[in-house]
Amino acid sequence: MNKRINVKNQQKIKKVLLSLFVGIISISMLLPLVWMLSTSFKVEADVFRFPIDWIPRKWSMVSNYTTVFGGDYNFLTYYKNSILYSFFSVSLYIVLCSMAGYAFAKIKFKWSDQLFLIILATMMIPEQLILIPQFIIMRSFHIDNTISGLVLRSIFGSYGVFLLKQFMMSIPDSIIESGKIDGAKQWTIYSKLILPMSQASIATLIILKFVWTWNDYQGPLVFLRTASKYTLQIGLSSFVAGDGLSPLYSLLMAGSVVAIIPLLFVFIIFQKQVIGGIATGAVKG
Amino acid sequence: MINNKESKPKQLYKRGDNIAGYLFILPFIVGFMVFIFVPIIFSFILGFTKWNLLSGFGNIKFVGFKNFSKLLRDVAFTDSFKNTLIFAFFTISLQIVISLILASLLLSNIYYSDIFKTMIFVPYIASIVASAIVWQVMLNPTNGPVNQFLMSIGISNPPKWFVSAHWALPTLIAFTVWKALGYFTIVYIAGLKSIPEEIYEASIIDGASTRTRFFKITIPLVSPTTFFLFVTGLIGCFKAFDQIKVTTGGGPGHASSVLVLFVYQNAFEFYKMGYASAAAWILFLVIFAVTIFQWIGQKKWVNYE
Repeated sequence: MNKRINVKNQQKIKKVLLSLFVGIISISMLLPLVWMLSTSFKVEADVFRFPIDWIPRKWSMVSNYTTVFGGDYNFLTYYKNSILYSFFSVSLYIVLCSMAGYAFAKIKFKWSDQLFLIILATMMIPEQLILIPQFIIMRSFHIDNTISGLVLRSIFGSYGVFLLKQFMMSIPDSIIESGKIDGAKQWTIYSKLILPMSQASIATLIILKFVWTWNDYQGPLVFLRTASKYTLQIGLSSFVAGDGLSPLYSLLMAGSVVAIIPLLFVFIIFQKQVIGGIATGAVKG
Repeated sequence: MINNKESKPKQLYKRGDNIAGYLFILPFIVGFMVFIFVPIIFSFILGFTKWNLLSGFGNIKFVGFKNFSKLLRDVAFTDSFKNTLIFAFFTISLQIVISLILASLLLSNIYYSDIFKTMIFVPYIASIVASAIVWQVMLNPTNGPVNQFLMSIGISNPPKWFVSAHWALPTLIAFTVWKALGYFTIVYIAGLKSIPEEIYEASIIDGASTRTRFFKITIPLVSPTTFFLFVTGLIGCFKAFDQIKVTTGGGPGHASSVLVLFVYQNAFEFYKMGYASAAAWILFLVIFAVTIFQWIGQKKWVNYE
């Protein structure tokens, strides 16, 4: 009896110690972000005070955030641009990829396999390789330095077509056949049958694409030149590089918080889809 | 996709289906041609030319392989090339090892594993620009909290992190590992969950220790996941740009420059479009060679039941 309790106790101690170990790692993963949040609430003079005040001794939250959103720092404009870029990029991407994915998965047309292979093969090409010609092409169409140009170049991704085609292939053909017997046209089958059935994988793709677009730095860096067109990421980085002046760190951190918050919300709300989507995509792939 | 080739006679394509199929892919294909396919061809041609963007199309000059031979003699290029390999090798190795251990710990019997999993994942979705800036401020050589802490425990001369020629690349590696660790861990958790429980149960009955189980069962059986992460993660390392551009800009000197940054600077800061395109193609060849090499090598260690 005693021995059994001992073993049980030992297991419990082991469990507590392991949990503590993983807990410390998890907390240290978050430390930079916690420091960012806490610094964004401080007055500039307290930013580098040591030992670190995790809870500010003098609060300057309202003033920091209103300054960042106010006239001089333009974050309101950056926000608007980021929202425009993400919204149009995500919606058009989903429409284009689901249409193409449906055709490649369920319609038998000439050269479809060969075309799909070409699309798939381009996934290996690094983005930086096509950036230069893209820049030249967009300049000659005069759509560089515009949000719409940025949207256009971001919506023809092979990954989305691939992901949705893979999923749509798993929808049984009999469902489509029965739709055809009822006289439905391809467009009706696509919009009334296939799209609703692909909801889960479309949701995953929406979230992933939103994260990519919101965090996109290289695209805006290359294609946007006017500050009024800047997205959050590029606005934030220009804040650092600025005009050689050393930036106010408390404001810089407030700007960083502002750039991260929307994604954090999306993640908290759609945690299951995000994590589930990544896991299944990876294991199947 | 491949195995239905024999069973598919040519007449099977119906006229209506052909039209419908092409209409469905039309919007995608047009954009794909303009923004992806044509640029690839264009870039290939540019690699053999000398052209300053500002001088207009009329001044494109074909120079054959001159760009490539010039690249090999360019210290900025060879340094970037070396750094790319070092960065990729250490980043991917650390990511794989740490995330596999973390994933196994999270799946073992511990408290709050769901909360810990979420906490570890958060850096992955955080904006890379914002988090790179946070690291940069925290690692500020004189005032940053990290160095103040190191000095307070008696290290009088702590590293200068992003601004030191010696530490810039390792610091970038640490940042990149931190940023993507959550993604790797989530994928590993899914991979580990797909290992049949019975195998573990049988090994416990046989008296295998935890360590033996980890090395003899977990590692071989999770190898398809490791392979997936290795291939995709390595490609990701070769393309890493944002954090380097934001924090060190490749400096000091070329100490933390990588190929992607070299391409960017030559194209969009010096407007040498031909030279930059040639460098981009070398980057592609490296990625291509490494990926092919991995595919061939996988037979030796990847275990598909």
